[in-house]
Amino acid sequence: MPSKFALTVKNLSVVYPDNNGGLRALDDISFNVRHREFLCFLGPSGSGKTTLLRVLAGLLNPSNGQAHFHHQHPKIGMVFQQANLMAWRTVIENIKLPLELEGMDAARSRAKASEMIELVGLNGFEDALPRELSGGMAQRVAIARALIHDPDLLLLDEPFASLDALTRERMWNELSQIWQTTKKTVIMVTHSINESLFLADRVIVLTSRPGKIKIDVGVDLPRPRKEDIRYTPHFGKLARTLRETIK
Amino acid sequence: MPTSKHFPRSLLAILSLMFAIFAWQIIVRLSGLPRFILPAPYDVWMRLLKALADGSLLHHTSVTLIEILLGLFAGVGFATTLGYLLAKSPALEKILSPYLVASQAIPVIAIAPLLVIWLGNGILSKVVICALIVFFPVLVNTIVGVRATPPALYDLMRSLRATRWQILSKLELPASLPILFGGLRIGATLSVIGAIVGELVDAQEGLGFLLQLGDFQYDTSMVFVAIFTLITLALSLYGAVVLLERKFSK
Repeated sequence: MPSKFALTVKNLSVVYPDNNGGLRALDDISFNVRHREFLCFLGPSGSGKTTLLRVLAGLLNPSNGQAHFHHQHPKIGMVFQQANLMAWRTVIENIKLPLELEGMDAARSRAKASEMIELVGLNGFEDALPRELSGGMAQRVAIARALIHDPDLLLLDEPFASLDALTRERMWNELSQIWQTTKKTVIMVTHSINESLFLADRVIVLTSRPGKIKIDVGVDLPRPRKEDIRYTPHFGKLARTLRETIK
Repeated sequence: MPTSKHFPRSLLAILSLMFAIFAWQIIVRLSGLPRFILPAPYDVWMRLLKALADGSLLHHTSVTLIEILLGLFAGVGFATTLGYLLAKSPALEKILSPYLVASQAIPVIAIAPLLVIWLGNGILSKVVICALIVFFPVLVNTIVGVRATPPALYDLMRSLRATRWQILSKLELPASLPILFGGLRIGATLSVIGAIVGELVDAQEGLGFLLQLGDFQYDTSMVFVAIFTLITLALSLYGAVVLLERKFSK
């Protein structure tokens, strides 16, 4: 029976071993993610946001509970806080890495990478090396790389945290548009209320150490969202609700 | 533009070489030393032509070159394999590193006679000495290089379900290549020393043998020819590694 959820997380806990009985990073987290939903986890540092993404990406085994994917072996696209590009590869070579790992032939993967370059607006920079890119451009390469192999789930770990404020807001617009066209299931973690409201369909607030779900808020702002949506009363009301729960 | 920058530099190198030869000639003239102590550039040149004509130089050079290349391949092969294992396993490194460091406290020259006794005065003992001398710098650089791989890129590869082999070939190898080549450059020059040390202990052929033969026969011009050939060999090997490095790095 096909599930309407792309991902079901049940009673998930992560305890990092230490000398003091273990550091509880995540405590009994349960939630569902619908297909093509943009879900945002919001929380202060130390709320286990990144830990959660690492579990979902298969980089970390939970101490308790489980994450159940609709697909048996879900393909993951992940964007990290830093662009995390391979310094010895050009832009296009970085972008096509996931296809290479899947064993796709060079000509086809190159063609797909060109499409992705178009999507993230990096035309003309195909053969540039990462050290020649600005922070925003590098993060766009990382987004293209995370999407190229048509992943079942896109994981974004504070992808714009290292960018300056203006670039960050421009990237929100771009990511929003990219999501409109690709319609991926996205889970993003951030500590920015504005970022989560601008991008997400739903925001889950985590408490600090151990991370627990505090509230789960639907973001019923109309799409496509433009920058001025942030100045509407409804946006303000949602932001206030989130702000008050985080305190 | 590279040409305008490189041309005067190579010209400068040629000029300084000409100056050195000229100075050498002057010293020979002024000192009046006999030919068997300090031959003039012209004597060495004539000896070189003779050694080329009778085929002896080519023969001995090729023997030494084969020893160097085999030793280099063996040394680099073992060093990179063990280095990778040590980089991946700190426990193994803890167990083995005292021995590895201690082995470096023994000069190769000291154990070369032993190796010749054990392995004979043929090519094998030279290859082994050469491999031994190449081993350590390449080992250390392999460990440092592999450890220099950014941890976040491992996360990336694992999130993409990369296999062990893909992580090695697409991440660890290219990430450690610059540091690896640093070790290779040192190894390439050391390998020449290794082969010659072995040949000087006991050999029937090779540039070290030629060197010693010239020495015994007071054919000092021949000694000079052998030394210059060695320098040329070492420079060519170094140059080959640099070229290889340039081909692989961006």
